[in-house]
Amino acid sequence: MRINCPLCGERDRREFYYMGAADYLDRPAEGDLDGIHKYLHIRENPAGVTRDLWHHEAGCSSWLVIERNTSTHEIHSVTLASEVAK
Amino acid sequence: MGYNAFQILKEGLTGNKGWRPAWRDPEPKSEYDVIIIGGGGHGLSTAYYLAKNHGITNIAVIEKGYIGGGNVGRNTTIVRANYFLPGNSEFYSHSLKLWENMEQDLNYNAMHSARGLINLFHSDGQRDAFARRGNMMVNQGDDAILLDREGVRKHLPYLDFDNHRFPVYGGLYHPRGGTARHDAVAWGYARGADQLGVDIIQQCEVTGIDVKDGKVRGVQTSKGPIRAKRVGIVVAGRSSQVAAMAGLEVPIESHVLQAFVSEGLKPAIDHVVSFGMGHFYISQSDKGGLVFGGDIDFYASYAQRGNLPMMEHVMEAGMSLMPAIGKAKVLRSWGGIMDMTPDGSFIIDRTSVEGLYMDCGWCYGGFKAVPASGWCMAHLMAEDRPHEVAAKHTFDRFRTGEAIMDEEGTGSQHNLH
Ligand SMILES: Cc1cc2nc3c(=O)[nH]c(=O)nc-3n(C[C@H](O)[C@H](O)[C@H](O)COP(=O)(O)OP(=O)(O)OC[C@H]3O[C@@H](n4cnc5c(N)ncnc54)[C@H](O)[C@@H]3O)c2cc1C
Ligand SMILES: [Zn+2]
Repeated sequence: MRINCPLCGERDRREFYYMGAADYLDRPAEGDLDGIHKYLHIRENPAGVTRDLWHHEAGCSSWLVIERNTSTHEIHSVTLASEVAK
Repeated sequence: MGYNAFQILKEGLTGNKGWRPAWRDPEPKSEYDVIIIGGGGHGLSTAYYLAKNHGITNIAVIEKGYIGGGNVGRNTTIVRANYFLPGNSEFYSHSLKLWENMEQDLNYNAMHSARGLINLFHSDGQRDAFARRGNMMVNQGDDAILLDREGVRKHLPYLDFDNHRFPVYGGLYHPRGGTARHDAVAWGYARGADQLGVDIIQQCEVTGIDVKDGKVRGVQTSKGPIRAKRVGIVVAGRSSQVAAMAGLEVPIESHVLQAFVSEGLKPAIDHVVSFGMGHFYISQSDKGGLVFGGDIDFYASYAQRGNLPMMEHVMEAGMSLMPAIGKAKVLRSWGGIMDMTPDGSFIIDRTSVEGLYMDCGWCYGGFKAVPASGWCMAHLMAEDRPHEVAAKHTFDRFRTGEAIMDEEGTGSQHNLH
């Protein structure tokens, strides 16, 4: 699997650290215990297209939102998390 | 038909014409007392113990593919009880005892082989941790022996003891650990359940779960609707999708785990050896193939194949621990879907829908659990209260933070196990 970092270009998967569902960008409000539980533990976990967070650890160190298919390993888009979170 | 030496002799002398299918192939009835979704190891053992221990025999096991086609037939077959944390340790201890009696109980040869398992350690700190784990195992009534470097050398002379990065300091030896023939476990439970009256319905996919007024009423399948007041979801890698059919969200992320097998070789590796620091473990099958693997691929995936970086990592770790295996040719590799929970431990629990139960989150370690999982899930479904050795394995532990079972000590978060 190769990932096309918007800053560094196409790189080997080994340069990236996987964090998990892009839900991590939507932090629940403080004190919202149900929201925090969902945020930390509950996953949609689709067999198909998903969005998740990766860190270009051995590259430019950006956080990326990657849209990809969990059944085929096809990557549809790679966006800087800072753009998505705006 | 019972299997025994006389039968084998008789069939051998009469052209093997008398063997019969090991289980029936029935059409589904319109209603059952219990439906189990998923005919993997756990679903089949659940049905078997519901019938055997609780006298509930009007059961259907519904499997979308064929028995043994899921992870029960894709794993590296390791059976052990060397867990550490309360909750896990008594459960796996219970499971190993059931393994030791399984073949007699099922009248089926599952080729369970207690060949001994050795977990290597490579530092003083790791030795202390393993000594503590060994004490835990002995306290729970299982066996553990702490081996020093020379002790390991006696059992495993072929290791590279002076491995530059992780020299071998010793190992925790678990003599009752070993392997079993994975498909045979599914077949044995299928036959046992069938003989007690359970209908095993293959090539039938559950496509919906009927819920009314907060209670489960039955399921929709590719062979039509089937009613039941109690339904168990036991689908391993597909837990999220099947739970969603009942409107449930679960704390699971699916990952791929790969395994490899070499060409058949003369017997060389007598034990199961695990090299945690390098993420590598190996045993030799009765056919002679070296069976080995390592870590999960570490990102959500439903592809039943892996990716090359982890493959390379496993090969490198294997070569650095056992340089001699470098000459063996790898015959095959494959992947299975792991239903990973945040703390790496499983869930056997009720759901918010009355009559609907789940057995899931087996991560990369559920093969050894097959008998105890079925035993505890059957208990839960029959009595509507948890069995004592699985009582900590609830959905709620993530919300409350109580009884989190993070065996690896890495944290209770999806991408860390
Ligand atoms: C490579 C690899 C190595 C492993 N090594 C070990 C090991 O050494 N030791 C160990 O203890 N564990 C190991 N495991 C883990 C172990 O294999 C699993 O935890 C365990 O097999 C999962 O339970 P199961 O047998 O019930 O799953 P499965 O056999 O996958 O059963 C689930 C069944 O549900 C069916 N299903 C899904 N959806 C539906 C539906 N909608 N309708 C009907 N049926 C459905 C599937 O077709 C499948 O047959 C390994 C796993 C892998 C992949
Ligand atoms: Zn980059």
